[in-house]
Amino acid sequence: MSRLVSLLAPVALVILLLAGWEAMVRLLQVPAYVLPAPSAVAAAAAGSGTVLLGSAWNTLSMALAALAIASAVANGLALLVAPSPLMEGAVRPLAVALQVTPVVAIAPQAVIWAGLDHPERAVVGLAAIVAFFPIFSGTLTGLRSADPDLERLFDLYGATRLQRLFRLRLPAAAPFMLEGHKVAAGLAIVGAVVAEFVAGSGSAQGLAWRILEAANRLQIAREFAAVFVLGLMGMALHALLQVGEREILTRWRGRKGR
Amino acid sequence: MSLAALEEVEVDYPGRGRALGPFSLALEPGETVALIGPSGCGKSTALRLLAGLEPPTRGRAVLAQGRGETSVVFQAPTLMPWASAADNVALPLELSGAGRAEARRRALQALEQVRLPGVAAAKPAQLSGGMAMRVSLARALVTRPRLLLLDEPFAALDEITRRALADDIQTLWAELRPAVVFVTHNVEEALYMAGRLVVMSPGPGRVASVTEVQGPYPRPPGFRTTALFRELAEKVSADLAAAMGAAA
Repeated sequence: MSRLVSLLAPVALVILLLAGWEAMVRLLQVPAYVLPAPSAVAAAAAGSGTVLLGSAWNTLSMALAALAIASAVANGLALLVAPSPLMEGAVRPLAVALQVTPVVAIAPQAVIWAGLDHPERAVVGLAAIVAFFPIFSGTLTGLRSADPDLERLFDLYGATRLQRLFRLRLPAAAPFMLEGHKVAAGLAIVGAVVAEFVAGSGSAQGLAWRILEAANRLQIAREFAAVFVLGLMGMALHALLQVGEREILTRWRGRKGR
Repeated sequence: MSLAALEEVEVDYPGRGRALGPFSLALEPGETVALIGPSGCGKSTALRLLAGLEPPTRGRAVLAQGRGETSVVFQAPTLMPWASAADNVALPLELSGAGRAEARRRALQALEQVRLPGVAAAKPAQLSGGMAMRVSLARALVTRPRLLLLDEPFAALDEITRRALADDIQTLWAELRPAVVFVTHNVEEALYMAGRLVVMSPGPGRVASVTEVQGPYPRPPGFRTTALFRELAEKVSADLAAAMGAAA
């Protein structure tokens, strides 16, 4: 019962907000180019549904490709530097620099390097850069998170480096790695959209491109529809990863909850 | 010839000065020794030296030779949360190259020895504190060590559980007869668990007094209420108070 209520609460709030919005637009007669009513947005979404879904898939597939690349590079690098504080010390400032540099600042150059014919490569590359840090940081922290007394036991029983990695450090890192990938997935979508704004044209027709296109044509309802699809996509991906994370951690720990 | 020994060892920690020493301790096969002292007297450091987990800054540590000859039980169960009880117990055997099936067979045996049959598949989070400690004990015994090092193994347990575990450890000792070093800050526990009590004074850790505890081992029921027990408890408590007073 309480579970049902807690599930319905956010739905009820959204319905309430949409109803208020619809009423306000109608009562105050707000022009559609300033703020379209939810009904108009829904109509626009229905009207250009296939185009929007196609663009959403475009953005999602680029974000997922970026996530896969970021995961491979970040995990590989974390595994490489984890055994040596010196190596980590050398790499970490660069990783931080990569993280704090806004993706829009490097996007124009990335587009030039990728070649104007391949804007999707620039988008994937930029999104991968954004997604890199949480995975690198999570895995590195995780590899160091094993109980020091367990590390001592591995010393005591003469474990090899590989035994220590596969039997102790990687399993201990699993929760940190999952968390890192979850954060990175959200960032990859943000990164892909931002990169599309700069690079998007021609073959890279993702959702960002739909938003820009609709805004330029003053099709504000369509613009809103594209933004909503983007939001829904992000939430769906987050929910999927959340469920996956919980499922894996439940098995990892052998019981539910933290 | 002793099984393992610390000879005039000293341990310095950078920035914190000397933690231990000069300190000497020789262990005969099968004997039970308790190191007792206030926190910070270096008793856990002495234990790590005996396990070969760290080297002395000066002096010599003679270790029990061979993999699996020395086992440690820490204050916390220190189990791998992602692995089942049986996999946790099998770990020392697998790390030293035993086959999976053989390691598992012996792990199940060890779990039975600590009176925990039927939890083989359970993850540590599904076990009570006492059960997790028994799994930890099974992991230490699975290699049939000649030297068993116990670092305040009862610290996190309630009174009933710690008494049951204290008796179980002695029963297991009677089967395998390893030398045992038991670190604690509880006088009565030390008297119950060991035939020789080494009281340590802090800052840096040294031997303040040594007391031989006569009487049968494993301890018979009611040992805690004997005149001998109470008399020794008072003597060792006085030694401990003097050791702490000397440091203050």
